[in-house]
Amino acid sequence: MLHIKCPHCGLRSQNEFSYGGDATIKRPELNKEISDKDWDNFVYLRKSPRGKHLELWQHISGCRQWIKVERDTLTHEILKTLKANEEI
Amino acid sequence: MPQNFRLDKGGLINRNKKISFKFNGKIYFGYEGDTLASALIANGIHLVGRSFKYHRPRGFFGAGVDDPYAMVQLIRDSESIPNVRATEQELFEGLEAKSVNCWPNVNFDIGAINNFLNKFFPAGFYYKTFMWPRSFWYKVYEPIIRKAAGFGVVSTNHDQERYEHKYEYCDLLVTGSGPSGLASAYAAAKNGAKVILAEDKPRFGGSLLTSEVSIGNQSGQEWTENIITELKSMLNVTIKNRSQVFGYYDHNMLVMSERISDHLAKTNKYIPKQRLWYIRAKEVLISSGSIERPLIFGNNDTPGVMLSSAAKEYLKLYGVLVGKKPIVFTNNDSGYETAIEFKKNGIHPIVLDSRKNPNSEIINEAKNQNIDVKFSYVVVAAKGYKKVKSADIAKISEDKKKLGKIENIICDCICVSGFWTPTIHLASQSGNKTKFNENIDAFVPGQSKQNETVLGSAKGIFTLEETLRTSFEKGNELSKKITNKENIIPIPSVVEKKHSIHDKFWCVPLPDSKNYKRFLDFQNDVTVSDVELALREGYRSIEHVKRYTTLGMATDQGKTSNLNGLQLVSDVENKLVPQVGHTTFRPPYTSVSIGSIVGREIGKNSKPTRRSPMHSWHEKNNAVFVDAGIWLRPRYYKQGNEDLFEASKREAKNVRQNVGVCDVTTLGKIDIKGPDSAEFLNRVYTNAWLKLPIGKARYGVMLREDGIVMDDGTTTRISENHYHMTTTTAQAANVLSHLEYYLQLVWPELNVNVVSTTEQWAGAAIAGPKSRQVLQKLFPGLDVSKEGLPFMGYLEGNLFGVNAKIYRISFSGELAYEVNVESDNGNYMWEKIMEIGKEFNIQPYGTEALSTLRIEMGHVAGSELDGRTIPYDNSLEGLVSKKKDFIGKRSLSKISYVASDRQKVVGVVPLDKKTSIPEGSYIVKDPKVNLPIPKLGHISASCWSVEYDNPFSLAIIKDGKNMIGKKLFALSPLKNKIIPVEIVSSHYVDPKGERVRS
Repeated sequence: MLHIKCPHCGLRSQNEFSYGGDATIKRPELNKEISDKDWDNFVYLRKSPRGKHLELWQHISGCRQWIKVERDTLTHEILKTLKANEEI
Repeated sequence: MPQNFRLDKGGLINRNKKISFKFNGKIYFGYEGDTLASALIANGIHLVGRSFKYHRPRGFFGAGVDDPYAMVQLIRDSESIPNVRATEQELFEGLEAKSVNCWPNVNFDIGAINNFLNKFFPAGFYYKTFMWPRSFWYKVYEPIIRKAAGFGVVSTNHDQERYEHKYEYCDLLVTGSGPSGLASAYAAAKNGAKVILAEDKPRFGGSLLTSEVSIGNQSGQEWTENIITELKSMLNVTIKNRSQVFGYYDHNMLVMSERISDHLAKTNKYIPKQRLWYIRAKEVLISSGSIERPLIFGNNDTPGVMLSSAAKEYLKLYGVLVGKKPIVFTNNDSGYETAIEFKKNGIHPIVLDSRKNPNSEIINEAKNQNIDVKFSYVVVAAKGYKKVKSADIAKISEDKKKLGKIENIICDCICVSGFWTPTIHLASQSGNKTKFNENIDAFVPGQSKQNETVLGSAKGIFTLEETLRTSFEKGNELSKKITNKENIIPIPSVVEKKHSIHDKFWCVPLPDSKNYKRFLDFQNDVTVSDVELALREGYRSIEHVKRYTTLGMATDQGKTSNLNGLQLVSDVENKLVPQVGHTTFRPPYTSVSIGSIVGREIGKNSKPTRRSPMHSWHEKNNAVFVDAGIWLRPRYYKQGNEDLFEASKREAKNVRQNVGVCDVTTLGKIDIKGPDSAEFLNRVYTNAWLKLPIGKARYGVMLREDGIVMDDGTTTRISENHYHMTTTTAQAANVLSHLEYYLQLVWPELNVNVVSTTEQWAGAAIAGPKSRQVLQKLFPGLDVSKEGLPFMGYLEGNLFGVNAKIYRISFSGELAYEVNVESDNGNYMWEKIMEIGKEFNIQPYGTEALSTLRIEMGHVAGSELDGRTIPYDNSLEGLVSKKKDFIGKRSLSKISYVASDRQKVVGVVPLDKKTSIPEGSYIVKDPKVNLPIPKLGHISASCWSVEYDNPFSLAIIKDGKNMIGKKLFALSPLKNKIIPVEIVSSHYVDPKGERVRS
């Protein structure tokens, strides 16, 4: 079980969090033209990297904040955790 | 029966307490402190079971977790437990055990014929033998194999025992209480670190309990006792015996199984049988020791052949002789310790040493004690079927390839020592890259992956002096980093015997014209020839060899077989062992009961149960409950002998004719505040929200980004910047996370806050033509007329002294209101509604009637909003704004979503107006065409229409828009039904929606 350092609450067990996928995906702006392909990429296409991965987790059983976690998908090592508004 | 193999004195057992137990129906005696194995051996019993494949007689090979096959079925407190290791099970009064894998009994086992039919059971025989004819597998082969294979029988009774989970954090976790564990735990404890010391056995001390050493003028046992006593007195130390750390997981999370009551006749009330510990440790000290390796020779599985360390342990801990005419067969000095121990107790062992001319202190001591020592000698084969009766021995050439003349000598046990294998399982599970150490012919831990540090013989250090010194140092160093305190402990002086180097010899060649079985893996019946066959058949990777032959599998996990298997592969393949590599060590290290993994989370406790504040009223009024997510909701209120169908019909009818009340507390409720709330709702919902007046509610649909409907519900504008959102019961948590996601990550510039208020409000839906009259009486001072509180209106009122919020919204399609009060007042509100409603014939209704009402009105719910449908499919396209953008809008223009024959919700009525259509049935044009029948869609929900008194269903079918009036078929292969149906509008009752606006 992972040990995730919530930037708001500190080190907590994985079972307090829920996973939220790739944190580098940016939602297209509202009311803007977007091609089918770009929209499909946003909705469906995700990379599954071997190694470093910046991902979202929500501390659902804690502060309920969405946070960013840089994790190595191979070793499960957590390299860094960030608040939602912080960039790596 | 006299205990013929029990010495008059010695051992750590309590001779004042005799214990009786039953084995295979016979009563025997042992002592407190015995294991089932030691007590059986004391009684001269060596035959415990039959082997997995060949049903060969099986005895005891080890004295603890190292034993691969002494497994029994244990009867304890009327529970029958399989796979119990007799070497681990402590004796208690009344213990009952049975042999496994034998029929009719262990002495005469019919399955043993497999031993003589072994040509049919080579490596991979499952894959080869039972493949043809295919139809035979389920009916013939599998049932027979199931009967013949496997150890023990799983009880089909409900496990009444109590199991617990515990989460713990510590600075240092020490796994094993041998010399390295004790020294490192002690040093760390002295530095003030929070230490957990776990010992798998009942007694602390590990090898110190059986070795002839002295530490600072104390014996190993005395030193252990003193350290343990001191550790126990320290508040920063937790000491657990009977506790196996069996798995090393991510981020230094280790899991330990504590056996609390297994050694007692019965679990005491309120005390668990076992406890599973989840331990998060800053540093992990692996002091798991090492296991002696077997030497491989003919019939080396015969009962009476065992590890020499086990023989010594039976002598020193239990005062039990494993035999009276022992042969010790060794390739190193450890065997001599066992021989000397025999000699001390008046037994005359013969030592066969494969080495040519070794010389060391302990060999000299053995010679001085007149022990018969033969160098360059090996055991060629054990003789005897159910017990060793003699041994064929021979001289072996220097290159270990040729055997001299075979001699037969009488013996009753053969104690083998093939040197030591460090127990590296935990380190390997952590991710440690293990490396092969040529000096000890075994893998040892290499570079640490997580915070694991391996100590003592688990690391391949086999002298006590070095073990203690390095363990004290490591314990001190690692704890100092955490506590910033240092309390240097003088390292005690050690007296131990020096050992000479071992012989790189592990397998005795077969003599000419003999084809003895030589076992590598005793648990899974894997022999040298099985592995050779696998290699001949082209299996190269050790992982493939393992799976094909089953070497190193099951509960044993290759504790004694792993390295010899690798040696064999390396010999045959002409590779070095490190090139062969070892198989992956997986948790658990020893078997863990399913009960302890599940813990207390069984039955009703497998998830939390949520109850509304009105729950006790429902209970008192004969509600039959149903699980709605984790909520318990009344499904119907039983009157007399009614069943579900009759009761729900009565309740629904009463709503249509008079008035009903339904507990809607379970609906998700989210409070939304902030100046940008309207803009936020406008982005979240598909319809327009910017112009909703204060005091008005609106129905809304929200999508996921892929255009699929996520949830629906109403949101009410309470004041300028304050909204009250409701969600479905099932989606409440997901919707909240969804809103938080967009507010925190996507549009952080919006000034909005959301919080769940589901539990703060109790809700009652009052529905039916007479509901306004009830409401008027509940709130006498309030104008709840058609004008004063119109459809989708909102009012705040005072309900007999408590604040209430009244929403005029309807799920039933009738004139209806939802009244919310603070949860604490929920029951009060409910009772007032029932009291006031009495004159209007009010009745409570449950979820079944609620479903009926919404289905016949054509209101979509969870069964239509099933995560696969878009607004159009649910006839909600009218709520999709063309003017503004919102979450998921862009997806709605996908080609398949705008196809002209896109699926749509419709109503379905059976032509005979009698036959209910099972939910999930397919809608098809023609049920008689060849399979697979093309399907148009499926029935999503079914009810008995109380309005028309006939069955009615909703279905989502292809081109639903153009299907109205068509005659099709509902097909349920599960229920074996083909029902002719007519497709009608989904709005079966009150299609214009006049009632809700009345």
